[in-house]
Amino acid sequence: MFPALQEFVNERALAYLDNASTTQKPQPVIDAIVRGYSRSANVHRGVYAWSAAATMAHEGVRARVAAWLGAQPNELIFTAGTTDGLNLACHGLRNLVRTGDRILISALEHHANLVPWQWLCGERGAELRVLPIDGAGRVRRAAFESELRHHPPRILAISHMSNALGSILPVAWMAERARSVGAKVIVDGAQAVAHLPVDVGALGCDAYAFSAHKMFGPDGVGVFWARSELLDEMQPFRRGGDMIESVSFQDTVVAPAPAKFEAGTPPIAGILGLGAAVDFVDGLDREGIAEHESRLLERTRSGLERIPGVRVIGDGEDQGPVVSFIVDGVHPHDVGTVLDREGVAVRAGHHCAEPLMDALKLEGGTVRASFALYNRLEEVERLLGAVERARSLFA
Amino acid sequence: MKGPYPELLMDHARTPRHEGPLPSATHGARLSNPLCGDRMHLHLRLEEETIVAARFEARGCVLCRGSASILTELLVGASPAAATELVHALERALDGEATKDPPSLAVLAELRELPGRRRCVTLAWESLLEALGPKGRRT
Repeated sequence: MFPALQEFVNERALAYLDNASTTQKPQPVIDAIVRGYSRSANVHRGVYAWSAAATMAHEGVRARVAAWLGAQPNELIFTAGTTDGLNLACHGLRNLVRTGDRILISALEHHANLVPWQWLCGERGAELRVLPIDGAGRVRRAAFESELRHHPPRILAISHMSNALGSILPVAWMAERARSVGAKVIVDGAQAVAHLPVDVGALGCDAYAFSAHKMFGPDGVGVFWARSELLDEMQPFRRGGDMIESVSFQDTVVAPAPAKFEAGTPPIAGILGLGAAVDFVDGLDREGIAEHESRLLERTRSGLERIPGVRVIGDGEDQGPVVSFIVDGVHPHDVGTVLDREGVAVRAGHHCAEPLMDALKLEGGTVRASFALYNRLEEVERLLGAVERARSLFA
Repeated sequence: MKGPYPELLMDHARTPRHEGPLPSATHGARLSNPLCGDRMHLHLRLEEETIVAARFEARGCVLCRGSASILTELLVGASPAAATELVHALERALDGEATKDPPSLAVLAELRELPGRRRCVTLAWESLLEALGPKGRRT
C-alpha cells in the first residue's frame, strides 16, 4: 500500500517516525497524481472535453473534501498548504483588525500560526497576546476564561493539535467561548486531520486550515475552509486570473468564493491526490487506528520513562501520537544522528515552535517521534534501544 | 559501540579548549542556527594583524561545540587572511575536496557524511567570517 515502506536501508526497513513532519503516500494517492499528469488540461477554462473533464474532477474533489469536513463546497478553498491557508486568513482579515485590537494565540503554536499574526498586529497596531500552557502542554482553562473576560480578542488563532508535543486543544469549547465574546476563531488543523475526525460544524470554529501531505496526500496542496459569511468579509490574498467576475483596464469585479481566493492555475494533479487521500483516510477504521496509535504512544512513553536521564514532555492525556523527549546532557541533534545511523528517522530541534521551547525551558529543543497508522511496535523497540545507546555514547 | 563522530571531535566537545568570555576581545560575532536554536558567540583579540586570542561561548550539540573548540585552536597566531582561508578550506573539504592539512580540519571534513548536520559544524566558522567583517569590530 505504501511503496516507501517496502524500501530497505542497510538491509532493513527504515523506521519512519517523523509523520508529524510529513507522511508516506499510499498507492491510490500516487496513482491519482500520475493520472493527473498523464493527461494535462487546465480547469475552469477550456470548452473542450479534456478541460471539462478536468474541471469536473477538480470540483468533485472540492465537494468530496467539503462533505468529509461537514462543510459546503463553496466554503472550501484549495491552497498550497496550512501555512498558505493561515496566510490567506491573515491577509483576508486584515481590514477587520483595527488599532488597539487583540489577536490571541496559544503558546503551543507552530511558527505558521504565529508569524503571520505577529506581522498583522505590527501592520494594524494591534496586540498579539499569548495564552499560557501548563508543563504538560495543555491550555489552562481558567487563564483562557480570564483572558476572554479582560482582553477579548478580535481573532483567536489556535492549533487543533500541537506539532511539537501532540497536545490536543479543546477547540470546540474554546471556539464557543471565544465566539461568545465576538472573536473569529481560526484553527490550524495541520496535525489533527490525520488522527482526529474533523467536523467543522461540531468544532464551531470560523475557519480551519490543513495540508494534504500530513494526511497521506501530496505536498504543495492544502485546504482552507471558512464560513461563507467570513469568506464574504475577507479580502482576496492573491489577485489574477480565475478569481474575477469581469475585468476592464479601470476596474475588476471579484468573483465570489471559492474562486475569489484561487487566482492562477491550481496544482491540478495534486488536488486529485488530495481527493484520493481523503478517500483513503475516510475508508479507514478510524477507531481501530486510534487504538493502534495510542498503543504505540503508550509503549514509547513508558519505554522512554524507564531509561535513566530521559524526560518525556507532556503526560499522555489528550495527546495525539507524538512523543517529545530530551536526554539529559545530550543535545537533541546528537540523539537524532545516532537514531539515524540505526535506521530510525525522527525530528530533532525546536519543531518550528521556538517560543514554545523557550516557554518550556527546552533550549536545544526536543527529539520528537511521531507515529502514523503504518508504524509497528517493533519500530518503537528499535527507537528505545537507539535512545539507550545515544545516552551511553554521549551522556 | 563506536559513536557517530570522530574521536578528536568528541574529545574537543568533552573538554573544550578555549571556552568562555574574552573581556579584552577586539572582534566578535554572535550567530544562531534557526533549525535547532544553537547559539554561537565567538570572541577574538587581534594585535597587529594577528589573532592572539580566540574564545567561544556556545549552546549547542557536540558538532557545534567540538567544531568551535577545534577552530579556536587553529586561530591563535593566524592572520585574518589565513583565518578566512581556513573557513574556505573547511567549506571545500565539506563539499568533497580531499584535504590533509591541518589534520584537525581533515577530521571535521569526515562530517561530510552527515549533510543534514553541516550547519552545526560550520556555525563557529561562519561566526569567524562575521567577526572579521565590518560588523565584527568591538573596540
